[in-house]
Amino acid sequence: MKYTEEHEWLRVEDDLVVVGITEHASTQLGDVVFVELPEPGATVSKDDEIVVIESVKAASDILAPVDGEIVEVNEALVDNPGLVNEDPLGDAWFFKMKVEDLSALDDFMDEEAYKAFIE
Amino acid sequence: MSELKRTGLYDLHLELGAKMVPFAGYEMPVQYPLGVMKEHLHCRAQAGLFDVSHMGQVILRAKSGVVDDAALALEALVPVALLELKEGRQRYAMFTNDAGGILDDLMVANRGDHLFLVVNAACKQADIAHLRANLSETCEIEEITDRALLALQGPAAEAALGGVVPGGVAGMKFMDVAVLASGFGDLWISRSGYTGEDGFEISVAAGHAEALARALLANDAVEPIGLGARDSLRLEAGLCLYGNDIDETTTPVEAALSWAIQKARRAGGARAGGFPGADRILKELAEGPARLRVGLRPEGRAPMRAHTALFADAEGGAPVGEVTSGAFGPSIEGPMSMGYVPAALAAEGATIYGEVRGKRLPATVTALPFRPSTYKR
Repeated sequence: MKYTEEHEWLRVEDDLVVVGITEHASTQLGDVVFVELPEPGATVSKDDEIVVIESVKAASDILAPVDGEIVEVNEALVDNPGLVNEDPLGDAWFFKMKVEDLSALDDFMDEEAYKAFIE
Repeated sequence: MSELKRTGLYDLHLELGAKMVPFAGYEMPVQYPLGVMKEHLHCRAQAGLFDVSHMGQVILRAKSGVVDDAALALEALVPVALLELKEGRQRYAMFTNDAGGILDDLMVANRGDHLFLVVNAACKQADIAHLRANLSETCEIEEITDRALLALQGPAAEAALGGVVPGGVAGMKFMDVAVLASGFGDLWISRSGYTGEDGFEISVAAGHAEALARALLANDAVEPIGLGARDSLRLEAGLCLYGNDIDETTTPVEAALSWAIQKARRAGGARAGGFPGADRILKELAEGPARLRVGLRPEGRAPMRAHTALFADAEGGAPVGEVTSGAFGPSIEGPMSMGYVPAALAAEGATIYGEVRGKRLPATVTALPFRPSTYKR
């Protein structure tokens, strides 16, 4: 598992990058009440704002962590945004991306570095 | 920026795990570990305890000693009939300015030989100055600074408060006020609040406030509730937040608060007019205002928050209004907003468009409150 400074986690599964937000981020956001996901098939560039999350407090974005193509989105979050608070590291993944070169993930933090980052 | 003030319950908030934020010059709890959503739902299902000690408590006493004189004096500043307010009863009111705008909204209670006012925290110094500037000749204006104010709201509030007041509070009805003896000194209680729930606001001597809060929280049905849930609760109840939904630029008629202006103060009434901005307010009552505060239910789940621009059509045209409060309603399980729209677009069921992240999303004009209130009438 890798972590971004935007508090996303990245997990490689069947050569796809699965993206979600960390427990720390979900706690900071508070109760999530709305999620807007990108269209599957969309080509995105690193730092594009591709997901909108609204919590009881405010709206925030999730950025594309790397260049690539969105191949699958987690529609369950649209009907049940609270999943982001209940299981941020598991069932509440946001999207799966196809990327050219998985080595692009090497630059991100590992768990230890992320823990230090949020302290 | 000046230093933030703390209420007498500050240490208790920290002990309860509250996240504190600046609000109206005070450090106040925005949420406790339960979180905004669960706090909201808990208050609707059982009971919630709110620290509202930052609000202003003011006693207005006529120099003649006659409460009617204080009522008549205060009527010069509000478009509300207070002479008819009976002893032991409370009424919603607002201070208006010469343009008919709202300087603050407040509660006024008749306590036999004087009036008791509760005003908003952010406005209290200005309100007191306003009272002193206008009423000092006939009235004494006393700011109460040695008492805390708690709100206990929800279906279990009556039983929970009854547990600490020997005679109980079951005999009180919505907007009744009473002074009741308790183990925490005399409590100044009103059966009211700002959540749409049955409940109470309790003024307690500062020295007893923490003990009273602890005694109420010892009841399993009572959870502490922060400002976050207070906001979604009042919005579901269709209640205005001063500074958001009403301010010096909105009249009571535009704000859909005409119900608070009784017959006696309207054209042809026993004491018609005679309050700041009466010309405009009476004209708007007669002819209708140009714009109105309405409830809006956005389609889908995306909240339309404060300052979202409103449009008459899905495409083109200039904004016709603005959202003044918007959030997700945990009890109605969907987004809700209030805002001002031209009177012609204010009919229930009308569609209006809010621009959210560059997209115009439809919303339906909806009767307020969004959720029926459960006051004990």
